Parts: sequence; structure tokens; C-alpha cells
Amino acid sequence: MYVVIAGCGRVGSSMAKQLVEEGHDVVLIDEDPGAFEILGDDFPAQFVVGAALDWDVLRRAGIEGADAFAAVTDGDNTNIVCALIAAREFEVRCSIARVYDPLRAELFADTGIRTVCPTREARLMMLDAVRSCPMNTTGG
Amino acid sequence: MFVVIVGGGKVGLNTARSLTHMGHELIVVEQRRSRYELLKPELEEKLLFGDGTEIWVLEKAGMARADLVVAVTGDDEDNVIISQIAKLKFGVPKVVARVNNPRNQATFDLMGVDSTVCAATMMLSMIQHELPVHQFVPLLSLRRENVELVEIEVSHDSPAANMAIKDIRLPEGVLVIAVLRQGRALLARASEVMLPGDQVLCLLEPGKEKELIRSFLPSRKPEDVQAETSIDAITE
Repeated sequence: MYVVIAGCGRVGSSMAKQLVEEGHDVVLIDEDPGAFEILGDDFPAQFVVGAALDWDVLRRAGIEGADAFAAVTDGDNTNIVCALIAAREFEVRCSIARVYDPLRAELFADTGIRTVCPTREARLMMLDAVRSCPMNTTGG
Repeated sequence: MFVVIVGGGKVGLNTARSLTHMGHELIVVEQRRSRYELLKPELEEKLLFGDGTEIWVLEKAGMARADLVVAVTGDDEDNVIISQIAKLKFGVPKVVARVNNPRNQATFDLMGVDSTVCAATMMLSMIQHELPVHQFVPLLSLRRENVELVEIEVSHDSPAANMAIKDIRLPEGVLVIAVLRQGRALLARASEVMLPGDQVLCLLEPGKEKELIRSFLPSRKPEDVQAETSIDAITE
């Protein structure tokens, strides 16, 4: 599988590591050339420096013909917009945006992209964790 | 009319002033605290503090009853998102967005934003208008209405030189509206004779640029004409 990832932060870089380990081809996009250092010198992936909103940057990353696009930059809006560009302009069938805001994650889930909302997941897990706490029977 | 303006920078504030002057009801959404404090004395209750790309903030601003949304923040991705939320979530009939970086114009078009305004592209048009090296200058594009305003120069070797407007072979879908000569605009009467050095303003359908260039500058290939023949941004 050929995967383009926008944003080489904690999530983007570790996704890349895992995917490469599984034998997939990965291209990473980040505006900051220093962002790729997190992966070390010999990491077998292609790096493209630039804004993922820029169509030329996406083209350089080989978006045309990519099997999947994952937008995990630190901006919700950037992630949604570049995932929409990948899906609509470059016809990437599986285009996924990480969106922290649950409202926007829900609204844009019906627009031809997939949204992943960590806030929603965290909320569910935190609620489960709180509910599973034993009641303090001696306290007031 | 009720207008929601997202972004209280220079563009947003002056848009708000003009719309107030025209008697419209409006609200400005601004997310920078210092800018908000600065605008508060002038805009008073017509100002809301918050991130205008957050759905709940826009709800609070009254987006549901907006006739028009103006997205004029300094970030293109935010302006795209505001436009999309306005359409998808609130069904706002009309959205105008600012394009900060002309490279992002294609993205606004792809997302179907009604109208866009790009200062950099407008500036470039004006520079081309002022500089004689450009023989063909796109000045304005009304994208939805499918019409463009362009300027083309009558060179010495142009077949249009020294001919009356009614005698020039113009392509279908092109209308000469004015002749600029020595800093003055003359309305294009059919009998008006065009002189070398004249600048001619034409209305045309998008896509007719090359045909127009050919009828004015046949000795050159359209590709050789020094100008951006693609008209970006600038709508309504």
C-alpha cells in the first residue's frame, strides 16, 4: 500500500514507523524540515517539506495514485481541508483527517473523507475509567 | 440583511463599517483577545469573542439566520472551513471568503465557495495594468456570472490599429466596452477608431482569451503574450 501522511509529529511519525514495518510505502509531509529528525537518519520513507494544503506539495508526495492519505498535522482545519483536497481533487479513495473537535469531526464525516476524533475516544475511555472506580463507602 | 463576519482584522473591520453604514445588521467574530478589546468600544454588541471555526461559536453568533457570511481571517484553511460550515451546517445562502495566498485559490474553487477575494491577485492585475510590458491584462472575473473584464493593448502592428471598432473581427462572446487613451476612458462607440498604444477594455466569456489575443495580436502566438492569461480570484 502507498500511504501519504501529512504531519510528522508524534502520531504521524509513529504511524509511518508501523506502516514501514508492515512493508508499506510511506511518504511524509511536514512544513518543518526538522520534524523528520524524530525518525532518525536511515528511515526508509520519503520526506517532502512543505504545506500539505499546497497542491504542488501533495503532488510531489505522490498523492496521485496513493492508496491512502492521512492528515495528522496539529491543526483541525488544515487536516480537514487537505483531506478534502486529496479526496476530491486527487481522488484518493481513503482520505482520513484527525480532528480534535467532535462537532467538526461529525460534520465533515459525511463529505467524502473519514474523520478520526481523539477527543471523543478519550472521553469514552475516561468515562469508562471513572465509572470503574470503586465507591468510597466510608466517606461523606 | 444579517451578516456574520468572521475575522476582525483590517478587512473584517472595514467591511463591518461599510455594512453598518449601508444599514445592515451584523456581527464580527474575533478570536484574538487583544484585537477583540481594541474593537469592543467601536463595535460594542456587534462583536463576539471566540474561534469562528468552532460550530458552537458560530451558533452563538446567529449563523442560523445569516443571509451572508464573510470569512476574512488571515488563514486560508480557516476561511475554507468557515465557508463549509456555513453551507453544510447552517445552510447560509451566500458566502464570501478571503484568499490570503493566491496558491490556495484552487482549493476555494474546489470547495465551491460562492465568491472569493484575493488581494494579491488584484494587486497583480493592477500592476499589469500600470506596466506597459503586459499586452493582455485580466482585470476582473465574475466567476458565477461567467464573465471577465480584460484589457488588451493595440500594438503598432496590430490589425486592429487604425480601424473602427465595428470593423474589427472579434470572436463570438467578446464585447469591446471602452478605449483607454492618454489616461482617459472613451466609451466604445462603433465608429471609434483604435490607435496604436490604446488600451482596450473588453468583456468576454471565460476561455475566449486566446481568441481575443489572436484578433488583436495576430503576429504573435497567444503563448508569447507576456501576461498571466488565467484570471484568478477577484469575484463580485
